[in-house]
Amino acid sequence: MNIVVCVKYVPDAQSDRTFSDDKTTDRAGVDGLLSELDEYAVEEALKLVEAGEGEVTVVTIGPDEAAEAVKKALQMGADKGVHISDDAIHGSDAVATSLLLAEAIKKIGQPDLILTGMGSTDGLMNIVPTMVAERLGLPAVTLVSSLEVNGSTVTGRRDGDTASETIEASLPALVSVTDQTNEPRYPSFKGIMAAKKKPVETWSLGDLGVDAGQVGLNNAWVQVESFEARPPREQGQVVTDEGDGGTKLAEFLSTHKFV
Amino acid sequence: MAEVLVLVDHTDGQVKKTTAELLTIAREIGTPSAVFVGSNVDAARPRLAQFGAEKVYVVDNPDVTGYLVAPLAEALATIAEQAQPAAILLPTTAHYKEAAGRLAIKLNSGVITDATGVEVADGAVNVLKQAFAASYTTRSKVTQGTPIITVKPNVTAPTAAQASATPVPVEVTVSDAAKGAKITETKPKEKSGRPELTEAAIVVSGGRGTSGDFSPVEALADTLGAAVGASRAAVDAGWYPHSNQVGQTGKQVSPQLYVAAGISGAIQHRAGMQTSKTIVAINKDEEAPIFELVDFGVVGDLFQVLPQATEAIKSAKNG
Ligand SMILES: Cc1cc2nc3c(=O)[nH]c(=O)nc-3n(C[C@H](O)[C@H](O)[C@H](O)COP(=O)(O)OP(=O)(O)OC[C@H]3O[C@@H](n4cnc5c(N)ncnc54)[C@H](O)[C@@H]3O)c2cc1C
Ligand SMILES: Nc1ncnc2c1ncn2[C@@H]1O[C@H](COP(=O)(O)O)[C@@H](O)[C@H]1O
Repeated sequence: MNIVVCVKYVPDAQSDRTFSDDKTTDRAGVDGLLSELDEYAVEEALKLVEAGEGEVTVVTIGPDEAAEAVKKALQMGADKGVHISDDAIHGSDAVATSLLLAEAIKKIGQPDLILTGMGSTDGLMNIVPTMVAERLGLPAVTLVSSLEVNGSTVTGRRDGDTASETIEASLPALVSVTDQTNEPRYPSFKGIMAAKKKPVETWSLGDLGVDAGQVGLNNAWVQVESFEARPPREQGQVVTDEGDGGTKLAEFLSTHKFV
Repeated sequence: MAEVLVLVDHTDGQVKKTTAELLTIAREIGTPSAVFVGSNVDAARPRLAQFGAEKVYVVDNPDVTGYLVAPLAEALATIAEQAQPAAILLPTTAHYKEAAGRLAIKLNSGVITDATGVEVADGAVNVLKQAFAASYTTRSKVTQGTPIITVKPNVTAPTAAQASATPVPVEVTVSDAAKGAKITETKPKEKSGRPELTEAAIVVSGGRGTSGDFSPVEALADTLGAAVGASRAAVDAGWYPHSNQVGQTGKQVSPQLYVAAGISGAIQHRAGMQTSKTIVAINKDEEAPIFELVDFGVVGDLFQVLPQATEAIKSAKNG
């Protein structure tokens, strides 16, 4: 079974994330990393291929530094990497991202399974996966917390609010996994060494046959007009419990009419 | 005035509060038309009329409900082609966000998810949303096609404006391709009897500090009529269901009051709660980052503080 995993390079949530002057996510001023939520997708792909046969290819769209996300996935055990990078892509929205991913997947050669994370930790729109599926005409089994492949059928379990659901689709399909799915592995020393020899291709828009007019900031179908830092919350009163902490809490709640 | 499509969120015709909110927003953009998918539309119509839906497009077709979002996106696309709406509003849930994504591709339109506000000026629809764990607010707009916007709960107070809610049955033929992802089994969860997390006015959450005993958290929640939330640490330990997780990979809540008990306040947890109006924390560790956010905090053991507060509230109510 051949699997393509979409992985995103994101600014570290622990750092001070902000916007650049052009109102896009600042990816230069802060440390980046492979989105933690995509590690679950990489892990799931590795497990599936290890249990059978096939290859795991990871694909990322992003600036030069995004190669780090590919590298990390290769260190975890993926076989090949594709990095889509082109100055014209800067500032693309979800619609354009999905176009590029879909074209990249076609060029890689339609896999049996496409795996993605549940959302990117920077944008967290959770919509790129279904958009890619829509473009490729594939079923999408999304937000599953466990997954199984039997022959040409993929079955996922989704832990919803009101029910837990079993979802089934025939391959080829796209599946997005949540952070409940597995425990992503850390790259081993062997994995880190092996990754150095694994093939990584860098593709431009031209390689994908996508016109520059379809992507990038100026062609985004959603334009950010302004951004504003949220005023920091002012710390209120903090009391230390001396046997009456609960009473004081109750008083606070009734003075503020929550009772 | 152009129509504005509002996808109705309902359970068997019982319309959720978010739908009233969406209809209220839709009235600022144009004339609201509700889109009702499922059966029992008659139960829903009075409420849809009350909040200003002139039309109710009714899609009552089992092919749309037994699968994931692809058939829903096809149905919405069919209606949108017919109605040529000025905008399409959907509730922000994982399911409807995905439908919005597929719909955006079908309609060649831009899509904005998780709106925390919608402002209409000179016909332009500006959308407010939070970024980077709610440390920024952005204002953005769709510049291509029909704006498709998913709106979070509680972003506006619904106001009534009686309309006719005239049913308009819609025939949709769902393509075979859209039936690719089938729901083969549904196991309903037991209802807690508490309000829904994302809609609740008060949320009381517990974290690793509960050591697995959520009873003081639940007891306080019940005296306040609140929903119960949990940190990821508590969910990962198996102490509380994932559907109650608050944070980046759980629910994003914005209640009037958020109480965090035994929760340190990691950035990913903050991402789900820091837009709450009033924040209260109980934590043993006075250095816990959650205290940076609070309106009121108690440094103490939650097993002492919560039961005492619960008792005090109960006796105040009875007295
Ligand atoms: C990609 C990603 C996504 C994530 N998504 C989420 C998410 O959606 N939601 C989320 O919550 N986390 C999320 N996390 C995890 C997050 O980083 C933290 O690990 C988690 O929030 C910690 O939970 P906690 O505060 O309950 O536990 P801890 O950080 O261990 O804090 C427990 C607190 O309880 C206090 N305490 C202990 N005993 C008592 C007592 N008896 N009385 C009072 N206080 C006590 C301690 O002082 C401590 O401050 C995510 C992480 C990643 C990497
Ligand atoms: N730039 C990108 N490169 C590769 N994969 C991406 C990119 N953006 C989003 N994805 C994939 O889509 C998922 C959801 O992203 P989002 O819709 O942005 O929350 C991520 O977990 C990735 O698997």
